[in-house]
Amino acid sequence: MNLRYRLISLSAPILALSLSVLLTSLILTAIGKDPIETFVLMYDYGTTGKSLVSVFNRFIPLYISAIAVAVGFKMGLFNIGVEGQYLLSALLAAAIGASFSVSRPLHILLIMLIATAISSVWGAIAGYLKVSRGIHEVISTIMLNYIGTGIIAYLLGQVFNDEDAANLIPQTTPLPETGQIPSLNNLLNIENLPSLHGFLPIAIFLGLLYYFLIWKTTLGYNLRITGQNPTAAKFSGVDPKRLTMLAMVISGGFAGLVGMGPLLSYHHQYSIDFPAGIGFAGIGVALLGRNHPVGMAFGAILFAFLERSSQILDLRDVPKEIETMMSAFILLIVVVFYEVIRRYIVTQQIKEASRQVDD
Amino acid sequence: MTRMKSKWLVLFIVFGLILTACGGSSDDAAEEVVVEEEPAETLDAPATTAAAAEPEEPAAKVCLVLDIGGLGDQGFNDMAYDGYNKALADFNVEGTFLEPDEGGENRGELLDLCAADGNDLVIGNGFLFAGAITEAAANHPDVNFAITDETFVQGENIRSMVFAEEQGSYLVGVAAALKTTSNVVGFVGGVDIPLIHAFEAGFIQGVRSVNPDITIISKYASVPPDFSGFNDPVKGKEIALAMYEEGADIVYHAAGGTGIGVCQATAEASAGGEKVWCIGVDTDQITTIGSAFPETQEYFLSSMLKQVDVAVYNAIRDVVNGDFGSGSDGGPAVIRENLASGGIDISYTGGYIDDIKDSIEAARADIISGAVTVSRERP
Repeated sequence: MNLRYRLISLSAPILALSLSVLLTSLILTAIGKDPIETFVLMYDYGTTGKSLVSVFNRFIPLYISAIAVAVGFKMGLFNIGVEGQYLLSALLAAAIGASFSVSRPLHILLIMLIATAISSVWGAIAGYLKVSRGIHEVISTIMLNYIGTGIIAYLLGQVFNDEDAANLIPQTTPLPETGQIPSLNNLLNIENLPSLHGFLPIAIFLGLLYYFLIWKTTLGYNLRITGQNPTAAKFSGVDPKRLTMLAMVISGGFAGLVGMGPLLSYHHQYSIDFPAGIGFAGIGVALLGRNHPVGMAFGAILFAFLERSSQILDLRDVPKEIETMMSAFILLIVVVFYEVIRRYIVTQQIKEASRQVDD
Repeated sequence: MTRMKSKWLVLFIVFGLILTACGGSSDDAAEEVVVEEEPAETLDAPATTAAAAEPEEPAAKVCLVLDIGGLGDQGFNDMAYDGYNKALADFNVEGTFLEPDEGGENRGELLDLCAADGNDLVIGNGFLFAGAITEAAANHPDVNFAITDETFVQGENIRSMVFAEEQGSYLVGVAAALKTTSNVVGFVGGVDIPLIHAFEAGFIQGVRSVNPDITIISKYASVPPDFSGFNDPVKGKEIALAMYEEGADIVYHAAGGTGIGVCQATAEASAGGEKVWCIGVDTDQITTIGSAFPETQEYFLSSMLKQVDVAVYNAIRDVVNGDFGSGSDGGPAVIRENLASGGIDISYTGGYIDDIKDSIEAARADIISGAVTVSRERP
């Protein structure tokens, strides 16, 4: 794709953002709130030092979740199960990780490994059901989310609940210090602000890993061509069943790391306060970022920023649900425009090709 | 080809129009932005702007963060909100109230926000705030915090407001045991957690104290970490109908908004035969659920009163009067409400248990005098 087309496709998210701002403004005006005042309020609150730290902390799991979804998207698989995969693996990793203690980097690595393994297995179930029984992964992953929630409820309430905890909230035993990632504040000389989660470099590394995997390996190549043309891929020697399994396992593996940012660098234990819903939010980010590591990074930052900056609204008598609507507008519009632009580019390419033939 | 081009032309014209429309409106607003920037920046001291707008400076600023279920649960959250509103009116206090997201994950953020926003008192309604409030209180040592239903919080600036739910539940248990004709009674809990176990435990002990042979069916609407059981009227109705089907004629609930469904089930279950009852919780629900759904009114045997509104009101009053941290140990007080203090009570509204009032009052006297101790642990 040449530069011109790249620029054209880049216009979609920008258009989506401006249109959603416009639509949100209309709604705000309709309910008698000043839209400009509201956006200035959100911007001012969202760019305070404290908020920026929070935005980055929100970005970490959201970005990894988007990567997990994108791995599936690349070969045309919809992994709706990231939600269940990361929650279940975070609970088990938290519980198992708290039961032993080794030196720091090793302990952290082991916890992440446990989470990845469990999450991969959970994702592989959906993959297996698809290749062996032809069950569509959307159905099976949604169902597996419910099963996962049930298992979490049982395990957290009955098996792993920390009876010694000084409150009534169901929670696992906290991880020992060796299993905690220190914050980046000291490293980056950030003072007087909440802690910036130490998982941030790992999230960036995962973005690079994803890029390398999809665009620089044979496996990634096979995933991409299967996503674009399954029939052609099959005739070029790709085993679709094996690839489906692999994609679900890899997607699940990334999903397992979604919960690690909050777990290792902030919560240090799984409780009912553990952030949920990131698996679903990641689907939106992957769509917005078009499965590209850089695009998804921008998408994750945008959604993290909107979520954080909207927290102030209720305090200033503006319904916070505005932010949910805005995110929904962005997604809806961007999906439409990507499709419009895709068709435009295809026709342009055909025209170019025919012109070259004519010449 | 020309068709294709004209399509794009139209598209761009439309966008051009939209963009110019945007530009137009932002022109008007350019001046406004300058004006608006200032109050938005003074997040740390908005009290000054508020004071400028009002002729009289508020005595204090308080912030109430409700729990899952939010407003409209006809119980716990609504009561806290009532107490807060009453205090606002009585003491010239400026207030903000917030509801967390559906899952409640942002409650810590809301507490922090309230504290940073210049509030003198930040109230977290419910034990789920325990972790979040400890953290927020440590980060904002100058702000007072209060939490209901939880004593395991650490901090010089936190007041805990806890209730002896087991005592009130014991009394409604006595009433249920004396009123049942089928000798089967039911208990519906919102979420299977120790706090709600205290209600169940008190109820069971109360029933057993009258007649140990009565069958008690207990059921919880959800299991943690799923807290939807506090806000699921449909499920409440389903559970209660099943209990009435099994022969229960009185069902006591401690299930927040889910209880609305429990009491709605009474009318339906009574339609075909024997009249069945429900017992409300927290507030005098014959007046709250009863007025929202008038058909349920005649089925409210009683309610176990847990006066969260009074506790919230008192916390705000004490902040206004400067008595907030007046616990006996010099730190923040743990306020314990029970039958003796009046923060826990039984309702006689409706008159359905007036005939057994003597037995209930005898049980109350026994608990207050210490002759009977009610355990929070289920037998």
